[in-house]
Amino acid sequence: MKLDLTRNETLVAGVILAFCAIAAVVDPGFLSMPTLTDLLRGGIVLGIFAVGAMLVLVSGGIDVSFTAVAAFAMYTTTLLLVNWAPGLPWWAAFLVAMAIGALLGAFNGLFIAGFGLPTLIVTLGTLSIFRGFLLTFVGSKLISNLPPGMRDFSRLMMVRGTNADGSFYSLPWAFAFLVGVVVVTWTILYRTMLGRAIFAMGGSMESARRIGIPVRATQFFVYVYVGTMAGLAGIIHASMARVANPFDLVGLELSVIAAVVLGGARLAGGYGTLTGTLLGVALIVLVRNSLIVLGIPSTWQSVAIGILILIGTGLPAWQAKRAAARAA
Amino acid sequence: MTAADEPLIVMRGVTKTYAGIRALDGVGFAIREGEAVSLAGENGSGKSTLIKILAGAEEPDEASITVAGESFARLTPRQSAGAGIMVIFQDFSLFPNLSVAENIGFSAELHAGHRLVDRGRVRALAARTLERVGVDIPLDARVETLSVAHKQLVAICRALASDARLIIMDEPTTALTEREVRVLLGIIRRLKADGVAVLFVSHKLAEVLEVCEHVVVLRNGRKVAEGPAGEFDAASLARHMTGRDVAEALPSPLADGAPRLLEVRGLSKAGAFADIGFELHAGEVLGIAGLLGSGRTPLAKALFGLVAPDAGRVTLDGREVPLGDPLAAAAAGIGYVPEDRLTEGLFLTQSILRNVGIGRLEAHAQGPLLDVAGLWREAEEWLRRLAVKAPDPAAPVRSLSGGNQQRVVLARWLARGPRMLLLNGPTVGVDVGSKAEIHGIIRDLAGRGLGVVVISDDLPELLATCHRILVMKEGRITDDLPGTATSEADLAHRLAS
Ligand SMILES: Nc1ncnc2c1ncn2[C@@H]1O[C@H](COP(=O)(O)OP(=O)(O)OP(=O)(O)O)[C@@H](O)[C@H]1O
Ligand SMILES: [Mg+2]
Repeated sequence: MKLDLTRNETLVAGVILAFCAIAAVVDPGFLSMPTLTDLLRGGIVLGIFAVGAMLVLVSGGIDVSFTAVAAFAMYTTTLLLVNWAPGLPWWAAFLVAMAIGALLGAFNGLFIAGFGLPTLIVTLGTLSIFRGFLLTFVGSKLISNLPPGMRDFSRLMMVRGTNADGSFYSLPWAFAFLVGVVVVTWTILYRTMLGRAIFAMGGSMESARRIGIPVRATQFFVYVYVGTMAGLAGIIHASMARVANPFDLVGLELSVIAAVVLGGARLAGGYGTLTGTLLGVALIVLVRNSLIVLGIPSTWQSVAIGILILIGTGLPAWQAKRAAARAA
Repeated sequence: MTAADEPLIVMRGVTKTYAGIRALDGVGFAIREGEAVSLAGENGSGKSTLIKILAGAEEPDEASITVAGESFARLTPRQSAGAGIMVIFQDFSLFPNLSVAENIGFSAELHAGHRLVDRGRVRALAARTLERVGVDIPLDARVETLSVAHKQLVAICRALASDARLIIMDEPTTALTEREVRVLLGIIRRLKADGVAVLFVSHKLAEVLEVCEHVVVLRNGRKVAEGPAGEFDAASLARHMTGRDVAEALPSPLADGAPRLLEVRGLSKAGAFADIGFELHAGEVLGIAGLLGSGRTPLAKALFGLVAPDAGRVTLDGREVPLGDPLAAAAAGIGYVPEDRLTEGLFLTQSILRNVGIGRLEAHAQGPLLDVAGLWREAEEWLRRLAVKAPDPAAPVRSLSGGNQQRVVLARWLARGPRMLLLNGPTVGVDVGSKAEIHGIIRDLAGRGLGVVVISDDLPELLATCHRILVMKEGRITDDLPGTATSEADLAHRLAS
């Protein structure tokens, strides 16, 4: 394949490689299984969020409420299980959380597809509503004694081992969910007319309407889908953290959207790839996990991420402009 | 099933009001199988509105539409497509982010009820359709990277890709040159022979009279004339459309010893044009004719700095104009009205006044503040001079009819008072009456000492406005002809040979 420097994916992949190279020079222990499993583990929840966020961006909208949906679904499910059905297996808990996520997503969808309101405004509103409702009516106390089903899930390991220096590393089965989400989303986006309709709407909403794409139904689907993904990410987050904290997750939404934009999705809609999204997430997790290795204080994290976004989105745009001027 | 003599589509009393303006007022006519009907009318007369209603893209206030014996009060896009109505929209309505193949195949796949994507099937369909139209566009190219002409061809292919019973074409030839227009007219003839009905809108009256059996004329949202095409000629059609006689004047002779304004020497750009040299005098209108791909558009872009040439120099009033820098070109006094005005030239959601005034902010600055009233007055004056048909200058540009949107772009550049203007297709999509008016404006501007370069496919237009015509072929200037002493046939011959 030809190296295309106007693509974000190439650039992000390059930055990731450069970052790893520098880290490996500074800390020879950097290139090791523990680093890799930490990176993969750190990418599970962010990755699922990012895939959902990308789908919305591609459809020409934006969703900032998904973290609140995730927190709501995660906490409510845990509370339900603890109080009424402690014996339920983990997969039943997952289904409940996804159903709650879908329901909240449908609430977004109702306002956006049903009443035709702007997506940013609706989801900014529901972000506050979901969070406020959760903390006021459902509960605001940490649940650290998770139901047994969820505890079981957190112990399921895909890979487990010991490094030469005696340190442990492991990768939980939760990672398989990220893979599953990517596969399902890829299939929808590239193998179904529904997915193509999502791309088409992002390209031009008016054109999509004119050729008879059911834009409302498609939009509704998009928001239900992100809601479901958020519910899943939420319950995985609680299981892995072994605690259901209603104050968690909210606040991550901009980092997630940043990762997606870094991976080449456009805020104006119609553009975005799963590869790019995952690379964007990888870069952000890498920066979070390893700035310390490079001897950079963690308070610089957000500055570093900001710089990456500026370069990562600015450079391809600038190159595309130059290419256009050259091409006549 | 329709009885043999029953029309395919019958419209009655179609009425549509936009914010108090009657865009359509009780329009009704019928279209038969295998018949091409021309819908003619000035800019803003309601043609596109009627088409959008047939396509299901707009909801009529009132209407009765019978399609193959089934009656509707309004159509949805699905019903319309389901009934076999395919539309080439005036603004193309393509998906810029999708590939050529997907754009062409999308409607067909959607209405065939497929739920899964079969890329092979889509590509085969797209390739077949492109071949029918006789053009070669890479199937995997993103539509946003295409030239306007190619975008228009993709829009045409999309409508042809499905098995349609009625194909509606809203100004399908605005960006095409003679060769593609010929092919399209040939396709229309074949469609008719296969029993497909065609509703055709075009401001190029010669085309209209060539392929259509039946003509319907709209004026201000009302049907003012209807009849077999044989009963109309270009002049009578123009008279029905405008309600008056339209006459073209000739360019006034160029004054002797007019100072040299623009000088272009050895301008080259690999793959686009080579060794271009010409001069333009103050008060002169210079035409550039050339087929698609002859390099005329890259040349115009290069003169305005949108394309960086590899070699050559451009001087305006004896001062060298920096190449490859549109801001410097604009500052030097060059104005450029692009070919693709609907997508390159306008802020569609912004008001008409803002679109006109945007280039004049500096001129109306009073210290750090803006003389808004003065800016608006000037913009309104230009809207009036170009006879833009806008109910409310504060309305967004997107609410204007296609032809009126074009005038807004023209108004913006004229308001800047440039030394010279590059007009790439100045009257594309503009009706006959206004076309004559715009030609009058061009002559008038030249009369005041402005240099004007007109790039156009419309040979009569070049002959009616230009003092001199350059013919471009394969990136080079092959002829330099005096405008008044050249005939249309001669010019067409030189272009084609
Ligand atoms: N979305 C809209 N909102 C408000 N007014 C509109 C809208 N669309 C069209 N109009 C108005 O309806 C009238 C008819 O417009 P239409 O686009 O049908 O004209 P047209 O005959 O296609 O003209 P043209 O030859 O310039 O394409 C115009 O006065 C236009 O300003
Ligand atoms: Mg129109």
